[in-house]
Amino acid sequence: MPEMIATRELTLAQAVREALAEEMRRDSTVCIFGEDVAEAGTPFKVLSGLVEEFGTNRVIDTPISEAGFTGVAVGAAMTGMRPIADIMFGDFLTLVMDQMVNQAAKVHYMSGGKWKVPMVMRTTLGATRRSAAQHSQSLHAWFSHVPGLKVVLPSTPYDAKGLLKTAIRDDNPVVFFEDKMMHHKLKGPVPVEEYTIPFGVADIKREGDDITLIGTSSMVQIALGAAELLAEAGISAEVVDPRTTWPLDEKTLIDSVKKTSRAIVIDEGYGRYGVTSEIAAVIAQGAFYDLDKPVMRMGAMHVPIPFSPPLEDLTVPTEKSVFEAAQALCR
Amino acid sequence: MTTAIGKEKLLRMYRQMVSIRLFEEQVNELYTRALMPGLAHLYIGEEAVAVGICEALRSDDYITSTHRGHGHCLAKGAAPDRMFAELLGKRAGYCKGKGGSMHIADPDTGNLGANAIVAGSVGIATGAAFSSKHLGNGRVAVCFFGEGALGQGVVYEEMNLAQLWKLPVIYVCENNLYTEYTHFSETTAGDILQRATAFGVRAERVDGQDVRAVYSTANELIERARRGDGPAFLLCDTYRYTGHHVGDINRDYYRAKSEEQHWKSDRDPIKIFTEHLISEKIAEQTSLEKIQTEVATQMKSAVEFAVNAPYPGAEEVDQDVYA
Ligand SMILES: Cc1ncc(C[n+]2csc(CCOP(=O)(O)OP(=O)(O)O)c2C)c(N)n1
Repeated sequence: MPEMIATRELTLAQAVREALAEEMRRDSTVCIFGEDVAEAGTPFKVLSGLVEEFGTNRVIDTPISEAGFTGVAVGAAMTGMRPIADIMFGDFLTLVMDQMVNQAAKVHYMSGGKWKVPMVMRTTLGATRRSAAQHSQSLHAWFSHVPGLKVVLPSTPYDAKGLLKTAIRDDNPVVFFEDKMMHHKLKGPVPVEEYTIPFGVADIKREGDDITLIGTSSMVQIALGAAELLAEAGISAEVVDPRTTWPLDEKTLIDSVKKTSRAIVIDEGYGRYGVTSEIAAVIAQGAFYDLDKPVMRMGAMHVPIPFSPPLEDLTVPTEKSVFEAAQALCR
Repeated sequence: MTTAIGKEKLLRMYRQMVSIRLFEEQVNELYTRALMPGLAHLYIGEEAVAVGICEALRSDDYITSTHRGHGHCLAKGAAPDRMFAELLGKRAGYCKGKGGSMHIADPDTGNLGANAIVAGSVGIATGAAFSSKHLGNGRVAVCFFGEGALGQGVVYEEMNLAQLWKLPVIYVCENNLYTEYTHFSETTAGDILQRATAFGVRAERVDGQDVRAVYSTANELIERARRGDGPAFLLCDTYRYTGHHVGDINRDYYRAKSEEQHWKSDRDPIKIFTEHLISEKIAEQTSLEKIQTEVATQMKSAVEFAVNAPYPGAEEVDQDVYA
């Protein structure tokens, strides 16, 4: 984080709301589509207060038609608006795949660069909310796979605000994932002054020498917790947050691993064919001769997320599991 | 009911219909001469729909189109040479050769793009109508799709949204009787218009082979939408003369030759319109023939332009992925 003149502590939800409000004030073409986004401020209460300031013409409650209002967002984006489509639970992204993958992601290229789709899809990821298999998935890898889309995974309130403002100003379709467990639980310093954060620039959240922990979204917080435990055990861990899975700041990831010689990639999506696989491959290619141990991946267990708390807790990386894995790698 | 249409407009409609017909004949020719990569879906037989509707639009109004989209693009004002270039994958094409037959897009004529996902552009058209309303620029969006799109749920999501928000969008369903190789009666339950009226969307049905009827009805629905009175659904009965695509030659297993013949001899949109123009003394046979010759010459040189145009350079392959 750069030097800040004046900061205050905000929750992730407050940071997101502030980014939206600032951009909506700055640009009258920014509008929000989604289910229960207006007076209810979404079930997660992230948008509370926006409709009072901007009215129902710009904070727009939609029917439960994810494909329908996402399609409207794509077309509106092409014709002069900067819409934000709010997909309540990331699990519902299955319903918007055609709009995002075949429409939003393709329009610019397919038209030879003539039409643009400056839209943002805000959605959630993350398990451990006791919400079972259809309200707990982290499906950001799917979007990271598709050329034409950009994918953002903020891990702190500071990053969330700066990255969301960049997303809204970007001329491409951007999918913005917020861990719903962090909305109200995670607090952090956010400058009073306006700022944005560029895409494709990883952030070193903690410096260290013995091992690199690459985390995304809430897994950055897990990695920071693990780094604390590792420090007590005499191991110095560096925590790196790519912040965007596409564009991906390969250089910062590779440079960190060249320095530490060991890496664990932690992401809440499924490990198989997921974000961890991609980043591990990037490191293997870029830092092969500097590695002392194979790159390790930690993601969601390859099962539908179970409801029962003791079962659910087994499916995602924890501070403890990351700590133990890192300790084993450093042995 | 048809409103009075001025002579100049009528002749323009005639020229546009002939342009589409001759354009498509050239496409077929390019395919048979193995000059065209991939396939193309011809619009021959359906010309009155695109022309009748686009003639009722302003040049800054929007359209979205389909895999069978050449007619819509031409009717909205696209130039044949750059369209042929796109069909051949050339740099001079509307999309620099990156889109091809099924994806022609052109901001200059309000063409938001042709879509190869059946019902894929219903959201885009509805979104364009949202922008028009929000920005207050008075534009109307027309969404063309075949009756096959009626099987996609997103069509109904969009009609619901458009009616709730009174958006200026016209959903134009071109019922040419067949999806690919299946008669629409096998895929479409109930009454098509009622699917729209159930949402409170104004729905009309028109003879898609009669360009004046299409124009008049479209004109009314478009002006109604422009006034802020909401979306409409326009069902156009029509027929595609040729195969689902240029390679669909043997069609006996899904439709009879006699049926094709009937449409060509008795229901041809250009013939029907020609008879009207002559019997009403709006034009003489010779002046119509002159238009045909002019269009034929234009198409020939447009094809020549495209055939001789260069392909995009290899360095362009990863350009335009991101804006
Ligand atoms: C979502 C989707 N499903 C299937 C196809 C394959 N397909 C291409 S055209 C077509 C038939 C479309 O029929 P209709 O909408 O009536 O248009 P027409 O070809 O008759 O003009 C099909 C099934 C597709 N392109 N998109």
